[in-house]
Order: sequence, then C-alpha cells, then structure tokens
Amino acid sequence: MQINYLALLPEIILAVFGIFVMLAVPFVPERMQTKLAYPALLGLLLAGAAALIFPRSSVQEGMLFHDAFGTFAKLLFFFSSGIVTLVSVSYLDRARLPHGEFYALLLFATVGMSLMANSADLIMTFLGLEILSIATYVLAGFRRHDVKSGESALKYFLLGSLSTAFLLYGIAFIYGATGTTKYAGIIQAVTVSTDRLLALLLGLGLLVVGFGFKAALVPFHVWTPDVYEGAPFPVTAHLAVSSKAAAFLALVRILYQVLPQLNAHWETIFWMSAFLTMALGNIVAVSQTNIKRMLAYSSIAHAGYLLLGVVANNRNGLQAVLFYLVSYALMTLGAFAVVQLIGRENEQAVSLEDYSGLAYRQPYLAAALSIFLISLAGIPATAGFMGKLFLFTAAIESHLYWLVVIGLLASAIGLYYYLRVIVFMYMREPGTEGLIVRVPASAAVAIAIMLAGVFYLGIFPGTFLRLASEAAHF
Amino acid sequence: MLTTLLLIPALGAGFLFLIPAARISAIRWTAFAASAAAFVWSALLFKWFEAGTAAMQFSQRVPWFQVGGFNVRYQVGLDGISLLLVLLTTFLMPLAILSSWSIKRQLKAYMGFMLLLEVGMLGVFISLDLILFYVFWEIMLIPMYFLIGIWGGERRIYAAVKFFIYTAAASLIMLAGIIVLYYANGGDSFDLIQITERLAEGRITLSPVTEFLLFIAFFLAFAVKVPLFPFHTWLPDAHVEAPTAGSVILAGVLLKMGGYGLLRFCLPLFPKASLALGPIISVLAVIGIIYGALVAMVQPDVKKLVAYSSVSHLGLVVLGIFAFNQVAIEGATYQMLSHGISTGALFALVGMIYDRRHTREIGDFGGLAHVMPVYSALFMVILLSSIGLPGLNGFVGEFLILQGTFLARSTFAALAVLTMILSAVYMLWMYQRVFLGNITKEENRLLPDLNFREVAILLPLVAVALWMGVQSGTFIRKMDTSVQKVIERMESQQTFRVENRAN
Repeated sequence: MQINYLALLPEIILAVFGIFVMLAVPFVPERMQTKLAYPALLGLLLAGAAALIFPRSSVQEGMLFHDAFGTFAKLLFFFSSGIVTLVSVSYLDRARLPHGEFYALLLFATVGMSLMANSADLIMTFLGLEILSIATYVLAGFRRHDVKSGESALKYFLLGSLSTAFLLYGIAFIYGATGTTKYAGIIQAVTVSTDRLLALLLGLGLLVVGFGFKAALVPFHVWTPDVYEGAPFPVTAHLAVSSKAAAFLALVRILYQVLPQLNAHWETIFWMSAFLTMALGNIVAVSQTNIKRMLAYSSIAHAGYLLLGVVANNRNGLQAVLFYLVSYALMTLGAFAVVQLIGRENEQAVSLEDYSGLAYRQPYLAAALSIFLISLAGIPATAGFMGKLFLFTAAIESHLYWLVVIGLLASAIGLYYYLRVIVFMYMREPGTEGLIVRVPASAAVAIAIMLAGVFYLGIFPGTFLRLASEAAHF
Repeated sequence: MLTTLLLIPALGAGFLFLIPAARISAIRWTAFAASAAAFVWSALLFKWFEAGTAAMQFSQRVPWFQVGGFNVRYQVGLDGISLLLVLLTTFLMPLAILSSWSIKRQLKAYMGFMLLLEVGMLGVFISLDLILFYVFWEIMLIPMYFLIGIWGGERRIYAAVKFFIYTAAASLIMLAGIIVLYYANGGDSFDLIQITERLAEGRITLSPVTEFLLFIAFFLAFAVKVPLFPFHTWLPDAHVEAPTAGSVILAGVLLKMGGYGLLRFCLPLFPKASLALGPIISVLAVIGIIYGALVAMVQPDVKKLVAYSSVSHLGLVVLGIFAFNQVAIEGATYQMLSHGISTGALFALVGMIYDRRHTREIGDFGGLAHVMPVYSALFMVILLSSIGLPGLNGFVGEFLILQGTFLARSTFAALAVLTMILSAVYMLWMYQRVFLGNITKEENRLLPDLNFREVAILLPLVAVALWMGVQSGTFIRKMDTSVQKVIERMESQQTFRVENRAN
C-alpha cells in the first residue's frame, strides 16, 4: 500500500517534535526547561506551513482527507495550540510544573485533533479522538499536588472513556448497517439503499453522544464546569477551544459529508440540543461567581450558537460555523489568558470579588479582558458579533425562526453576565488586597495577537469569511 | 465627506490616547477641539446641503465585505432629517465636553469615551446600510455604559446595567428583523434605500404577517430608545445617575435615535403595519405624555424632574410621527431638535448647581435668584423654551405636532394639549421653589454665580433656542422634501386601502 507522506507531513512534524521535546527533558538543565517551548512552537509553525504548502485535493483514497475544510481545521488547531503554548510558558514557570511533558502532550493532542477533523474512516476518527483524549486526561491532572486538578482529571477520564465507548458502539452499528467504516463506503451504501435505517440511526445517535460529550453539548455537558475549574488554566483553554472545535469539525464532516441523507433526523436532534445548550449555558452562567466556571458555562452557550449553523444545514451555515470557531477561539483564548494571569500561580484569584477595581490596578489587562468579554457578548466591531451575525443569518435562511429567537434571548442573558465582570473591574472599589501581577512577555504577545484578531475579524471580516467559505464544502 | 465627519472625533480619540494622563488641560482641550472641528464640518455640510431634493446627499458607497451570501456595504448619506440630527449631535458635543470640567477621575478615558460616543451617534444617523446601522447602533452603547457606570452617581452600576441590557436586548430583536428583511430582498443587499424603493415599487412584497412582525421587531428597538411608555423605565435611572455630560448627550441625542429610527425605518419600510398600529401607538404616546408630566410634577429631585419631562416631550414626538402628515412629522422632527437643545441645556444647568452643592433636591434650595442672578436668568430662558413659550424653540415643534395631529386624530390632540399646561405647572413650580422667595438654607448664601466657561456653554444654547423660535424656516426648509417623501410613501398605502374599500 502506498502512503502519501506529504499529505501526512503536518502530523508527522508534530509527532516528531513532540517526541523530541519529551526526549530532550532529561538533557536540558533545570532552569533552561522553559526554552523547550521554542521547539514546540517551531513544530506547530512548520506543521502549519506544511499544511499550507502541500497541495490539497478533494480526491481521497485511504484513511485521511486532504481538502480545504481539513486544512482550515488544521490551521485552527495549530494556531490555538500555539497560543496555549505561549500562554503556558509563564504559567508553568510560576506553578513549578514540568515544561517538557506539557508541551509534548499538547503536541500529541494536536496530532489527534488534526487526524479527527481530516479522517476519512470512522476508525481513524476514533484513533484521533483517543490520541486527543489520552493526552488531555493527563494534562487535566497536571497539577498533581492539587486535589482539584486530580478530581478534574479523574472525572474527565471516567466520563470521557464512557463517551468513547458510546462512540465505538456507534461505529459498530454503522459498520453493521453499511458493512464498512470508510466514509466513502458509507456514503455509497446510504445512497444505494436505506434498508437498515434503524441500525444507521442508532449508530448516528451514539456518535452524537460521543462527539456531544467532547463538544460539551447539552445534555452531555455535565462534566464541563468541574473539569474546567480543576484543570490548569492553559489546559482549560485547550479544552474549551481546541478540543471542542475538533469535536465540532469531525462531527460536521460526518453529518454534512457522510450522512447528508439523514438530515431530517440529525436536524431534529441538533435543533433540540441547540435550544437546550444555548438556554442552559447562558442561564446557569448568570449565577456563577467563579470566573472559571462562568467561562465554562459560557463555552457551553457558545457551542449552542455554533449548533445554529449546523442545524441550518446550508452553505452559509457551514461557513458561519468555521468563521465562528475562529472568532470563538480568539476571544476565549484571550479571555483565558488574561484570567490566568490574574489568577496567579496557585489560581487563587478566580472569584468575581477578586476583580473589584482591577481597572485601576492593571488598566491594560482589564481593558483587554473587557474587549474579549464584549466580543463574547456579541457587540459589534468585534469578532463575536460578526460570527453571531453569520450564524443567525444562516439559521434565518433555513427558516429556523424559533431557534433564532431563542438564540437572541440567550444572547441577551449573556450580555448580563459578561458585563458583570466589567462592572466589577471598572465600577467597584478596589478590594483589600491589590496585588499587581507582572505580565510576562510571552503572555503579552499572545494577548496582543488575540486582541488584534478580535478587531480584525470584527471590522474586516471579509478575508476570513472568504477563507471559511472556500473551506465550507466537501 | 461624511466619512471625514466620523474620522474627526475618531482621530481625536486616538490622539487623546497619546497624551500623558497628567496633562489635564491638554486632554480637555484636545477633546473639545476635536468635537468643535466636527461641528464646524457639519455646519459646512448644512450649508452645502441642497434643500430641494429628497435624495441622499454626500453619499458614499464602498463594499465592506461581500462573500458567499453576504453583501454588506459601507454606505452613508444624508437627507434632510438626518442632516438636522447630525447637526444637533455635533452642536451639543463640544458643549457637553465643556461641561465636564468637574470630572477628575480617569479624565483621559472619559474624554475618549465621549468622542467614541460621538462617532457612534453620527454613524447611526448617516448609515444607509442596515448592518452598518446596526453596528453603530450597538457600538454607541459601550461608551455610554462606561460613562454612566464609572463616572455616574450613587446607583450608577444599576443604572448602567439596566440601560445597557434594556437597549441591547431590544436591538437584538431588530437584528433578527434586519436579516429577515435581507432575505425578503432576495439576499441581494442590506441597502436601506434599495429595499425601501423596491418595497414602494412593489418589486418585493411582504406578507401582512411578516410585515407586522418585522414592524414590531424594529419598533421595539426604537420604542425603548425614545422611550415610549411603557418602555421608559430605564430612562429616569440612566439620566439621574449619568454624569452631567452623559445626561446632556443621552437626552439631547440618544433619545432622538428612537424617533429617527421610526421615521427612517418603520414608516417607509412597513407603511401598512404602521398605519394599522398607529392608533394603538398613539394611545401609548398620549399616556406617556400625561404620565410623564404627572410624575415629573411630584419629583423632589430636579434631575429626575427633567428626566420625566423628557418622557412627556418625546411622547409628543411619537404622537406626531404616527399622525402621518407633513405638518405633524415636521413638527416631530423639529421637536426632537428643540428638545435636544432645551433638555440638554437643562441637564447642563442642573449639573452646574450640583457641582456647587452636591445635591439636586428641590428642598435644599430656595431663593437662588438672590445669589446667582445670571444662573437664574439663563435657567428661566431655557425653562421657558422647554415649556413651549412662543418665540422660543419649543413652541414651534409642539404647535406643529398638535396642529398636524388634530387633522388626523383630534381627540388625541386635545389630550396632548394638556402637556403644554402640565409642563408649565411642573417647571414653573420647580422654578419657584428653587429660585424665588427668601434664601432658606445658609449653605446657599455664598454660592458663586456662573463663571465664564459655564456662561460660554449656555449662551450658544440660548442663542439657538431663540433662533429656532424665530427663524424656524432655516431648519424646516432643509427637511421639507425628505419628510414629504415619507408622507408620499404612507399616502400611497392609504389610497390603496380606500380604493380597496370602494371596490
């Protein structure tokens, strides 16, 4: 069998760099460990370049696709992993956690995500998901002396394995119905006949459970707040952004490309889920006083908005989902980066009270966080608004009026809790302890990139929307 | 040309960012200079504007982003109605900045937000693309939110959050309406002019139910902004807690966006729904007029009194707009301008006394005319203009509205006339308690009269109030044809209905 190594190059680069970073750990002196971030970043950069340079084709034989959609997904993953790496440098330093393993695990997780979104075979999808999950289980428990982090890892692991079992079971059903795990084969089998519809639907339902867990869609979201709260900050950011995006993209590929015939069924499922996800995420976020938990629920809410685009099931919807994933990544990673700095090494300052009067202690951090929150709330001139505009437009194009109304109401609720953080930062008197956090250069760079991105996508969305539009067909 | 208008305050804000925070007077004067330059520019636009045509002038149209199913443009232009509101905005802005000298905390951010607010407000009045309009409409909330929340009074957080949530939630529904309208237009563009024309020519049609729902979606956003009874509850809080300049701009310009939206969007886009719902909305307007006036009467706080008087005066504006005739709508537009001048000035006046005494309770004053003669005199002039004394600005608008409304709905006009009496009652009663009689409180005996800066804020306002009262033609001439166009659109619907009935 002939293997197209060029097509696999980004993943190979990442894996090689990951192994290199891990092997380098014993040979690098203690105080130089921080520098291991450089090879990790370099690996992501090279992988991105490789993904861009080598030609794409929609022709697919074997286990992986090599198309525009997949490249878009890869670049998104590499970008957000790069940002997570940048942000974790100072975090790991101050928390005295090992650098090498962290970066290596992050790179492996990235390989997994990339395989997931590009896979052309359910087995490969499963493998990608497992690579991602196992790396992430370890990362969640990375603060191993912290009880909360341990709890987070254990919870994530137990529920995660369960959901993976569901996924596997789903794959088995689909195999039973169609006799193959290859996407191309499934497409053909479904087109020719839908005799074994029941088995196919069961398979689809179980797949939805598996991916719904990773993407934290209601009602498979229950793990989210605890795991997000306990995991180290950069890992929470990774979970909330990259891992979620990977699940979404893999799911979207299966729905749009492999099972478009079953659209009547999955549209109903996701209609319900979108409704529940938007409503629950926003409503529960209102009552949170811990900012990490609030962001966790907010990330659930945003998955709900994304589902609007999925349910819309039109070209605009898919393009909106891609665009929104990018803007969501920018604003959420940005918010997490700031929150992490303010939380300091032991993550003690994470309650809203700790943000009282922050604007007067640290005007730049407060301003940056405000902009990310305003973007999350969907106010114009930011990426969040444009993303929402596209999603809602796509939904209205498909006449999903009720879902749009629910989405709008949910956004209105969202305004309240995002603004509340701003209220604390700007309008409350400073609290008693006014510790000032030093902003390390690596985090500053990451935040600056995010800010620029939020405004760029908000004011000149054209370029990115065109990219998303080119990627939005199979 | 219009882009320059947006750029002047935006660049001012950018420049402000570069000045070190310690150089207070440099910050103040930069902000003032930027807003004054915007005023000069818009005055030139006013001069160049040709009154004879209803077409958009100084238009500019550039694609903003055009991908897949999207075609959004940066499209701006002015007609007679928006021209006047732009002028009002740029006129009030330097005065508002001038009245912010008492701001000490975070001055740079304050001035920056003021200028950004100006960009947002001007953007709303000149946008002709629905998405662009929405962007400015929402953006403008952010600086206002911070202005109230950081520099406001005691209950500022409550007021700021309430203001933001109320207005933003209402506009979200409008966003859905905009998108539906876009698909009704065949997914062609968000171009307001194009959609209005196509609707008028019958090239695109909306089913009655769709039109009704769309009307509601737009109307809610504007009704909250106006604010029309019963959507007014955010207003007293926001007005009272906002810093002086914030109240001036809030009353002077922000509220006008509601009226402007009704004229620019609701009536021309959805004439049938407007006609059908006209009576109900007029009832709400009349309730607002009388309710606002009655509540104003019993307020112990001067600023609150002025805030409720706004509810009453703007009810009149809505009543005029939904009378659907030339006289009433011109009156409504005129009333928006004149309310901006009078109420803006009243808030500035209240701010001046608050700076001295740190209270606004009517009960804390009395006999101020003895210690502050200049202040009292200017207050009287502005107060009379707000009541609608002939010869000053308020009268013209109110008279035209009542005249026009009488032609369309005489009972409503008869009820609305009450506002002229009631406003005289609450305003003059307040004046009597604050300024006349003996000095009741020792603290007030040594209050200094207005300084040069404060007189410089008020004199232009008084001058304009007089000018608008005597030479109303200067302004009305500019909007004549634009208003006529709105009316024609409405009348085409009315005759259509009459013909139907005849058959």
